[in-house]
Amino acid sequence: MSKNKLLLPLTGVIVGLAALVLTALGNPANMGFCIACFIRDIAGGLGLHSAEKVQYLRPEIVGLVLGATIAALAGKEFRARAGSAPALRFVLGMIVMVGALAFLGCPLRMVIRLGGGDLTAIAGLVGFAAGIGAGVVFLKKGFSLGRARKVQQADGFVLPGFVIAILALLLLAPSFIRFSQAGPGASHAPWIAALAGGLIVGALAQKSRLCMAGGLRDVFLFRDFHLLIGFVAIFATVLVGNLIMGNYNPTLAVQPVAHHDYLWSFLGMAAAGWGSVLLGGCPLRQLILAGEGSGDSAVTIFGMLVGAALEHNFGMAGNADTMTDGVFTAGGVAQAGRIGIVIALVLLLIISIANIHREEKAK
Amino acid sequence: MIDARGFSCPMPVVMVQKEVKKSAPDQLEVLVDDPCAVENITRFANNNGYTAASRKTGDEEFALTLTKKA
Repeated sequence: MSKNKLLLPLTGVIVGLAALVLTALGNPANMGFCIACFIRDIAGGLGLHSAEKVQYLRPEIVGLVLGATIAALAGKEFRARAGSAPALRFVLGMIVMVGALAFLGCPLRMVIRLGGGDLTAIAGLVGFAAGIGAGVVFLKKGFSLGRARKVQQADGFVLPGFVIAILALLLLAPSFIRFSQAGPGASHAPWIAALAGGLIVGALAQKSRLCMAGGLRDVFLFRDFHLLIGFVAIFATVLVGNLIMGNYNPTLAVQPVAHHDYLWSFLGMAAAGWGSVLLGGCPLRQLILAGEGSGDSAVTIFGMLVGAALEHNFGMAGNADTMTDGVFTAGGVAQAGRIGIVIALVLLLIISIANIHREEKAK
Repeated sequence: MIDARGFSCPMPVVMVQKEVKKSAPDQLEVLVDDPCAVENITRFANNNGYTAASRKTGDEEFALTLTKKA
């Protein structure tokens, strides 16, 4: 137990350090690790959307999944399981992506943004907590996506196989794979460093059960602060690292890949938090679970990939504020994105109510 | 007895929490098939006046016995 208690803060510190190092090596500012952004970049790299600034096959995602797979196999925790409402999980994966990309970051990047002094992310944090609170209300009422069951081992290797193919496509770079020439997609650490960072974090996250949504969820549900330690450790590490390197910029003014649309940041992250609670974990946790053999989490990740593509194809993603030659251009969430978030919240309510099982208790 | 096999976290802990709140049993048997659930139920038990003992009952299955602390 004491080993576990140390493992979680250690994982948080390593995630924070990895984010700082990968940013120093070329990843976008305050975006050392962002699961939603990187899945969006992979969707762009595969040509699923045409937003030229966010197209790159991110090796961090490959590393996270394979790190979890290796750790799970080594620890005899690889379990091929599936069958717990896969279609709903696909939709929930899309919903989480719609919310996160409106805000411009998953829960992990939200913490990294806050650690860099991005005070605009506070709206996202408050929304994330509100969304988790909404999800917890339905968990208490009996929400469940049902049982998964044991499946063929091959089923558990779908996402690990998929990310190996992503890595191969990155390295072979055939002409149909897209690479951003400007914007966040063009800012990236060397692939070997990104892959190594992902592998280390993936293995540690598998062992420690790190989850950005689980921390607040467990506090609301059980008054259990255990998982929140990882969340706090990431924030503290990124904050201290940025202070040491002179990158801490505590202001509401123009922040890297962020916007001032507070209401829609709040609502976007509320959708991401609510969806994450229904799924049983944040986007990072879904990657780790898929690496451990969960076919349901693999389906969720594919839902996120499609959600990211639709987000950009339909002009729903948040636009960052910019400052060019002293001229400020406000970003924010366009009308399409606002409609997307409202639809996401309505769908979350319907899914939450429709999956309350009052009898799923003691036998 | 609670059969939480097939459920991923936090569902097994939610099921245990509901039973503890409803009937506060002196002893409660829980079946799970997720190592993560074993850790989370053990932590929940320790934080809520129970001790928890777990044992492996199958290839990928565990049984936990929660006993109310004296």
